[in-house]
Amino acid sequence: MTTPVSLRRRASVGSRLAQGGFRTAMLVSLFLAIGTLVALLAQVTVNGWPRLNSQLFTAFPSSRPERAGAQSAIFGTIWVMGVVAFTCIPVGVSAAIYLEEYADRSRWYNRVIELNIQNLAAVPAIVYGILGLAFLVRGIPKLGPTVLAAGLTLSLLVLPVVIIASREAIRAVPSSLREGSLSLGATQWQTVSRQVVPAALPGIATGTILAMSRAIGEAAPLLLLGALTFVTFNPDGLDSPFTVMPVQIFNWISRPQDEFRVLAAAAIVVLLGLLLAMNAAAIWLRNHYRREW
Amino acid sequence: MRGLTSRLARPLALVAVLALAAAACGGGNEASGGSGAQTGRLSGTVRIDGSSTVAPLSETAAEMFQNEQPGVRVTVGTSGTGGGFEKFCNGETDISDASRPIRQSEIDACTAKGIRYDQLTVGNDGIAVIVSPQNTWAQCLTVEQLKKVWEPGSRVSSWRDVDPSFPDERLALFGAGTDSGTFDYFTEAINGRSGASRTDYNATEDDNVTVNGVSGTRGGLGYLGLSYVEESGGRVRAVQVDGGGGCVAPTTQTVQNGTYKPLGRPVFIYPKADALQRPEVAAFVRFYIDNIDTITKEALYVPLTPQQKAESLAKLQGLIAS
Amino acid sequence: MTATELSPAQPRPPTAVALGLVTRRPRYGEKVIKGLLFLCATLSIATTVAIVLSLVGPTVEFFGEVGIGEFLTGTTWAPLFADPAFGVLPLVTATFVITGIALCLAVPTGLLIATYLQQYARPQARKLLKPTLELLAGIPSVVYGFFALTFVTPILQDLWFVGDPPGIFNAASAGLVMGVMIVPTIASLSEDAMAAVPKALSEGAYALGSNRMTVSTRVVMPAALSGIVAAIVLGVSRAVGETMIVLIAAGGTPNLSFNPAEAMQTMTAFIASAGIGDQPTGSTGYKTIFAVGSTLFLLTLAMNLISIRLVRRYRQVYS
Repeated sequence: MTTPVSLRRRASVGSRLAQGGFRTAMLVSLFLAIGTLVALLAQVTVNGWPRLNSQLFTAFPSSRPERAGAQSAIFGTIWVMGVVAFTCIPVGVSAAIYLEEYADRSRWYNRVIELNIQNLAAVPAIVYGILGLAFLVRGIPKLGPTVLAAGLTLSLLVLPVVIIASREAIRAVPSSLREGSLSLGATQWQTVSRQVVPAALPGIATGTILAMSRAIGEAAPLLLLGALTFVTFNPDGLDSPFTVMPVQIFNWISRPQDEFRVLAAAAIVVLLGLLLAMNAAAIWLRNHYRREW
Repeated sequence: MRGLTSRLARPLALVAVLALAAAACGGGNEASGGSGAQTGRLSGTVRIDGSSTVAPLSETAAEMFQNEQPGVRVTVGTSGTGGGFEKFCNGETDISDASRPIRQSEIDACTAKGIRYDQLTVGNDGIAVIVSPQNTWAQCLTVEQLKKVWEPGSRVSSWRDVDPSFPDERLALFGAGTDSGTFDYFTEAINGRSGASRTDYNATEDDNVTVNGVSGTRGGLGYLGLSYVEESGGRVRAVQVDGGGGCVAPTTQTVQNGTYKPLGRPVFIYPKADALQRPEVAAFVRFYIDNIDTITKEALYVPLTPQQKAESLAKLQGLIAS
Repeated sequence: MTATELSPAQPRPPTAVALGLVTRRPRYGEKVIKGLLFLCATLSIATTVAIVLSLVGPTVEFFGEVGIGEFLTGTTWAPLFADPAFGVLPLVTATFVITGIALCLAVPTGLLIATYLQQYARPQARKLLKPTLELLAGIPSVVYGFFALTFVTPILQDLWFVGDPPGIFNAASAGLVMGVMIVPTIASLSEDAMAAVPKALSEGAYALGSNRMTVSTRVVMPAALSGIVAAIVLGVSRAVGETMIVLIAAGGTPNLSFNPAEAMQTMTAFIASAGIGDQPTGSTGYKTIFAVGSTLFLLTLAMNLISIRLVRRYRQVYS
């Protein structure tokens, strides 16, 4: 939006300088943000290049960097994410359905639930780790440092994200769809399950994938839960000790040998690649299934 | 729910297939443990926790053992000697790594839970006092100087305070955390009382962090197990320590023959007698001691003297037999 | 069957039709389903209650052993040593020093980027830049920590010109990288706030002869101020709660100092270190995790509530 030519006065030198400076500042900011991203990606790729080979996937952690690989971390991540997916998605989508379709907003307890979810989304991840440590690992269930405890803790962490994203998706479904279904004699649940949720499914799927990609990168809560960093086997059950990729990366960063830094960088590349794939899938889902109501 | 189910069916099926594939691949990496007694294939889990100084030995032993017995899973944690004993005497671990002998309160805790164990020496360690490679001035430090730096309430903040001939470089301290046997041993040897130390330093149970810290800071000073110095490949330098008999550098010989004092010490593992009744644990510990020479060499540790090795073997036999 | 006999020409009276469709049997299945869904929604309440419960118990015990005065005002943090000291101030100041550095970088950068995206950028540029920013937000913090330790710290060590150069662990490196991490948060929320400002305001300013810069800085930004402040507060909350970057790059020395070249341990880094060190359940060391965790939780909760109120306010003003 610029001023029309007829009204444009020749701006003063000072004003033009200021505008030019402002423009420069904005471009510098952009450059800073994007430049850092590029520098980060380039640095990890260049650093990790020598070890980006199949050994990373086939070997287990070792105190000798030449022999080490991340297989136990990769499988640990898969197992833990499996638990997260199975617990978080049903509960999160159900909660979103309740809040959007069933809840009476005027009731105080429903407003409390909404405010609560917003607060939970901003609680630091490490506090969730404390929660998991106190209630799951050492508390009554005494799960110990296992895949199940880790999965449940991460589920709680990303549950608000799933709920909020699902709510947005459900809200976007036009009410004409619901009203048409109800007027044809369907019950509320039939409307929700056969019309609303299928229509909102792409949005829900997108939100879920984004939530999972957040969970994959979390290390702090799992450190508190006792994710071991010298695990030379893949998990074989929900009660198995484990490690995950971010924690293994952290362990390798802490080791002084340069070769471990290279390994850490290589593992980071794998992790980022996985995240990129997930985010691309989410974006593709969003664009491909976007419906104009 | 017909509409919902049919829409979800295909993606769900895909997820299910992927999950099964992952589980199958994951399962396939462990040998079918326990099958075939004639091949001597063992299975089970051996839980080790404790000292970060001893961890390289246990990790190396675990790796080598798992090459022979892939069905056995050995996990090695590094909660520190104190943390390790807590878990051990609580029945949570099978073997405790320790860089100092078990102390009375821990003995009582173990007795209260009915846990029998024995102390097996697995290596000799010296606590090395390390500086950054950029540090060209400190070649030898006396115990008195170390005490001046590390004692409780010490306000020494510059190298010049340590010795007037040193440059005025800011002192950055790195050392072991309070759960660490290295901490207990160092504070007892240098400050005279175990646990007595100044508190404003970068304390960690993970000796790797100490290496990283000191190697990257010009005025860095730290202490940790000697094997980490060897492992670091020149990223830190160990100074000589004068314990009253002249400046002595920490080497295999000086640690083994005791001239590197007061910071030379043996390190131990404490296996639980009940755990040794399980074949996989007994096999692992036996493997550990039998191959201790290879293991200490791999982990860049000071090896056991022949007498120490014989003694450990004898103790192990006694423990298994009991 | 209704009692009325109808000829095909006449439409059925609506009441009769409605009566025919009304079912007399209450649908229990519906109630059950609603109940189940409600339970799922209340899980979030259960989570908050659990967080509070898990923190409160040991924290209260901790303050029974260690006075709250010493905790809040003491200047030495050495809880796990033989002669322990429990002053939490070094951890709190470290958190705020590093957050402060992060904000110095993130606020101007974020606001400028938001202004650019909102006022200046062409649609194609926006389509490219917004996903890139989201990418920045999606990078795991352990990766940022690695970047800080291996890329930023050596550069800082070479370029430092005031006082002693930073050691391998320092607050500046962690703060700068954390700033980059929260730029997307501040940028996207500020952009939303600016977009919510009615066009009438900016168009009026243009009509009066203002240039784009003036409109952006003197009209739109002040109008979107509460939303921008909300964005900044949320950014602060994220920075305060961040663990891995400070754990990897800022070190583990509790240090009451404002010198960014020094190593210092934040609240989150302490919790993580103590957690890794595996304190035995019930010991004082174990309880320090909860005491510091409570402090952290209360801080971020307060900031989050402020942020929510501000967002509600700016939404109300213009809706």
